[in-house]
Amino acid sequence: MFDIAIVGGGLVGSSIAWGLAKIGQRVVVLDEGDIALRASRGNFALIWVQSKGLGMPAYSRWTHRSALSWPRLADELARQTGVDVALSQPGGFHIALGPDEFRRRAIFAANLMAQAEMPPITIEMVERARLREALPEIGPDVAGASFCAADGHCNALRLFRALHQGMQMLGVVYRPNEGVRQIERGNGWVRITTAVGEVHAGKVVLAAGIANARLGPMVGLEVPVAAQRGQIIVTEKTTPFLHYPTSTVRQTDEGGLLLGDSREDGQSLAVDTSISAVLADRAVRMFPKMATLNVVRTWAALRVMTPDGFPIYEQSTSVPEAFVATCHSGVTLAANHALVLPTFIAQGVLPAATFDSFSTRRFRVPAVA
Amino acid sequence: MFQRLPDTKDENVCITINGQAHQVRASDTVAAAMLALGVSACRTTPVSGAPRAPYCMMGVCFDCLVTIDGVGNRQGCLTPVHEGMSIATQDGGRTLGK
Repeated sequence: MFDIAIVGGGLVGSSIAWGLAKIGQRVVVLDEGDIALRASRGNFALIWVQSKGLGMPAYSRWTHRSALSWPRLADELARQTGVDVALSQPGGFHIALGPDEFRRRAIFAANLMAQAEMPPITIEMVERARLREALPEIGPDVAGASFCAADGHCNALRLFRALHQGMQMLGVVYRPNEGVRQIERGNGWVRITTAVGEVHAGKVVLAAGIANARLGPMVGLEVPVAAQRGQIIVTEKTTPFLHYPTSTVRQTDEGGLLLGDSREDGQSLAVDTSISAVLADRAVRMFPKMATLNVVRTWAALRVMTPDGFPIYEQSTSVPEAFVATCHSGVTLAANHALVLPTFIAQGVLPAATFDSFSTRRFRVPAVA
Repeated sequence: MFQRLPDTKDENVCITINGQAHQVRASDTVAAAMLALGVSACRTTPVSGAPRAPYCMMGVCFDCLVTIDGVGNRQGCLTPVHEGMSIATQDGGRTLGK
């Protein structure tokens, strides 16, 4: 018998499991195998604040809070596991190609910041001449960029590894190849049937990404998540020249460049070269010297998307032992998932002030006659 | 470490490695020529700075990366030499724009 079973061993599930184990909970993580749809291995690894929360300031506050807590998470993981997740938070740019994109970005930033109850961040529009001081390699098509000092990036593969190593060092039982088939409510506990057997736990947290849509109804939760494809290109390692992450091009701590990030319909993991061509073309217009670099990898991965793009955190009313946590920002929000959320899940209540905005009730607003 | 087979009848070409002129066989690849000349490391890695030498000699391991005629990260084992070729061992990753 475990205190808490986490369904899903990606970044979201392992962050929560790590945090729960740290506060003394006995945790089991039930995961699929290596062929699982694993956004945790396909993401762009930004810790990103400046584009989040138009339409839901609570999401902007939640995101900013996680960005602020990230140094503590990186530090604790490094001290515990010896894995350096290469956290860097120098601020980030969203680059505009041409004056139209620059104007549209300025309007977006103004609308985002005009909302009530935004966190204490600024999004500054930086014209081309000044942008060159920070990003000297920009090409002639770059009109400027928006800048937010809270933004950053990390090495997400090492984050994934550190969380898994760290949670198991804290006593979390990790069970791969145990995809969940059924969840039933007992008397103050839940029985979970997996591909291999049965697990009993006091509580269950659904952190299974796209599969939360299938699992939610088993515990009285409708979780409207669906896949959104994104593609990434990786180049060979080169001289460090990009000292700030941008929303679509970033240089890793090891020198390779990642180019992202498309948003496409569909569930296929096949790379569509007509999309990668656009990613590459835009990246080369931003930084023309990249044109001679060789591409070493490309891939497609699936984001976990809600209808409005905001995360879902909710406790089931009919099965109060069950919680769901799902988002498309498992990297950005890792610090909250590891350092904030576990306390509330352990206590068995998500405080309304922080979490009401993230409930699925927002999708069931009655139509006005 | 390596010795030429005695019976090959091949013409020589002149190449330079880090600015120094060498005669090598016209049928050599860059990696073969470097090994025959006793060059023990063709590059250092971008991450740890460890030295690397040609290994697989068939295009899969990417350990033989060198700068050839000004272009970085070229696979020495897949590139035939030519008269006047300029080869440079590579310190770390490819230089941006080269």
